[in-house]
Amino acid sequence: MDYRDSPEEAAFRARLRAWVAENNPGLPPSSTDDEYWARQAEWHTALYDAGFFGLSWPKRYGGHELPPVFDVILDEELAAAGAPPRPSLGYLVQGITVHGSDEIKDRFLPGMISGRERWCQGFSEPDAGSDLAALRTTAVRDGDDFVIEGHKIWTSYSDVADWCFLLARTDPDVPKHRGLSAFAVSMHQPGVEQRPLRMINGITSEFGQVLFDGARVPAANMIGEPGEGWRIAMTIVSHEREPGELGYVARYTKTVKELERVLRADAAAYRSDQREAVAWAHVQTEMLRLHVCRRLSERLDGVEHGPGGSIDKLLMTWVEQAVGAAALTVAGPAAATDAEDVGLKIYLYGRAQSVMGGTSQIQKNIVATRILGLPTA
Amino acid sequence: MDTRDTPEQAELRRAARRLVRELAPATVADLDDATRAKRLAVAVADAGWLELRSDGGGGEPLASGVETAIVADALGGAVADVAFAGPVLAADLARRAGCEAAGGDGGTVVAFDRALTAPAVVAGPATASELFAVDAGDDATAALVLVPDGSGHRLAQVPLARAEPSVEGRGTDLTRAVQNVPPGTAVHRVPGGRPLGADDLAAFTALGLALTSADLVGVMRGVLDLTVAYAAERRQYGVPIGSFQAVQHLLAEAHCLMEGSLSVALHASWAVDDLAPGEALAASRVAKAYCTRAARTVCETAIQVHGGIGNTWEHVAHVYLRRALLSSEWFGDDGVQLRALEAGRLGAGGGG
Repeated sequence: MDYRDSPEEAAFRARLRAWVAENNPGLPPSSTDDEYWARQAEWHTALYDAGFFGLSWPKRYGGHELPPVFDVILDEELAAAGAPPRPSLGYLVQGITVHGSDEIKDRFLPGMISGRERWCQGFSEPDAGSDLAALRTTAVRDGDDFVIEGHKIWTSYSDVADWCFLLARTDPDVPKHRGLSAFAVSMHQPGVEQRPLRMINGITSEFGQVLFDGARVPAANMIGEPGEGWRIAMTIVSHEREPGELGYVARYTKTVKELERVLRADAAAYRSDQREAVAWAHVQTEMLRLHVCRRLSERLDGVEHGPGGSIDKLLMTWVEQAVGAAALTVAGPAAATDAEDVGLKIYLYGRAQSVMGGTSQIQKNIVATRILGLPTA
Repeated sequence: MDTRDTPEQAELRRAARRLVRELAPATVADLDDATRAKRLAVAVADAGWLELRSDGGGGEPLASGVETAIVADALGGAVADVAFAGPVLAADLARRAGCEAAGGDGGTVVAFDRALTAPAVVAGPATASELFAVDAGDDATAALVLVPDGSGHRLAQVPLARAEPSVEGRGTDLTRAVQNVPPGTAVHRVPGGRPLGADDLAAFTALGLALTSADLVGVMRGVLDLTVAYAAERRQYGVPIGSFQAVQHLLAEAHCLMEGSLSVALHASWAVDDLAPGEALAASRVAKAYCTRAARTVCETAIQVHGGIGNTWEHVAHVYLRRALLSSEWFGDDGVQLRALEAGRLGAGGGG
């Protein structure tokens, strides 16, 4: 057991630290400001071009084939410098890597990893949330294409996406989990309408819905086999539940550091319960950082990710909401009178964490039945 | 960075859990079985675990904080009624002070003041207030205290009366004894050695926090194993209660808290010997704050899921909760750790 950097890790950290010091774009927090999302693509490509993104992914697609723990170093250094977190798209990369053909991987992974092609994930629908397999968007074969009809919602980054990783029903005559297929659908075509959604904290640039009305996708853009959609979706959501894949530790650490700075700047102005809330947010954030170290180290054994991602998702959710609670507590009465208060916005944004990527209730079902082995009703 | 157990650490983890599974109490009634308890104490001593923090040469301990915490975790997981952390911490303190004679055989532990957060400091020839020798086994005859000496402290010790062997005579924790040292007890200087500085005491405290955190992780794992098995077996409305989502969600939450606790506690155990004393102390405070809150929730969940039987003295669930309460208070609970972390990270406090 050793938490220290190896010589290779230390050299990487030093190189990264020097680069971030020069290239930190100083964006506002992702959770509170539309400006972050407007400039996120720029940050993604800068990070990629400097050789600091896609660290554990295959070189063939623009990655670096480094051990997964290098992502811990990336998250730590970005947080320490107050830089934006790394883009959270590892779960889509994993979906294509695990299920895509060589042609699909060659066509889509380089652009996805480099950030030159932007993606959104078209899974949830107005009537298919937790019960995702009930989704009703259809893809009907028409010559060399499929034609898409349907309505996707809670679609992050849909406003800037070039491509949608779409889950649609290709066979209505088989049980619901078996009739789904996955596609890479261009967002730049007639029959695709993107509508932004305003989140509860007021930001409008992250969240959206997408209406497909006669949009077309070449059959060659099917990811995996016909009917493989459910398995692909499960690969993606299980990775989407892993903080090691998302890089959120950097975001939480950055917020806690900012709250600590506020408290240090005017110590006499804050009560002991406000100080304790921030100290607890620090404890929670450290827990998640160390938990990610442990999980990514376990991957050196070739440990397959599985239902364990649900444990990590719940831990991550509690951390995000503890950090949000600390931000709200530090804001005090300002949060109740100023709709633009940053603490208020961080707190409100955190409510989504127990819903996105599968609700906390779904995660607990998974932990109880698949990890603890409790009987199903 | 590789946080996995080395092969030796993994083997120790397996061996320690195997040993305590055979000899630890499975029921409350087992706690009265003195023959079994004696066999457990002999097995722990024979395994060399009480000497893990004794001088292994050149002032370095025989084993790192990681190995020591692996044993603490195993003992907590089985609510093993045997002294371990008490004598091991005494050996660690004695080693840091260069006093080889004290500690390492189970006969010496450390005395704390009423707050249980730090070794007691005694200025005069006799103790002025009541002290508490934590995790003092039946063999314990003395407890270490600190005596101010210039800018540091030297070691001294106070004698312990013979422990009361009955379960009822113990404190909150039915598996580890806390022996009271009455005011006016004579203090004897431990000969030789060198003064302990702030760094020595910081590193010692980091070990204490790492071991109590590891114990709490073990307690959580042990009581959850018990409770998950019960939920799968116990039937109401014609089905196992573990098939109800209301019960499943309580247990799932508790399991996650145990996993998060393990992640912080492992790091704290590594930090004891591999980070500078101040950093090790900060890491161990993070672990203790998290593990204390988690263990409280997990043990309370365990009792809730057991229902009526979980509220009886005869059922073992409360033995886990009681052990968690002592491990939580020993070296300071979550509130103590959060205030210390605040002071370090935010500077002096402001208004009330």
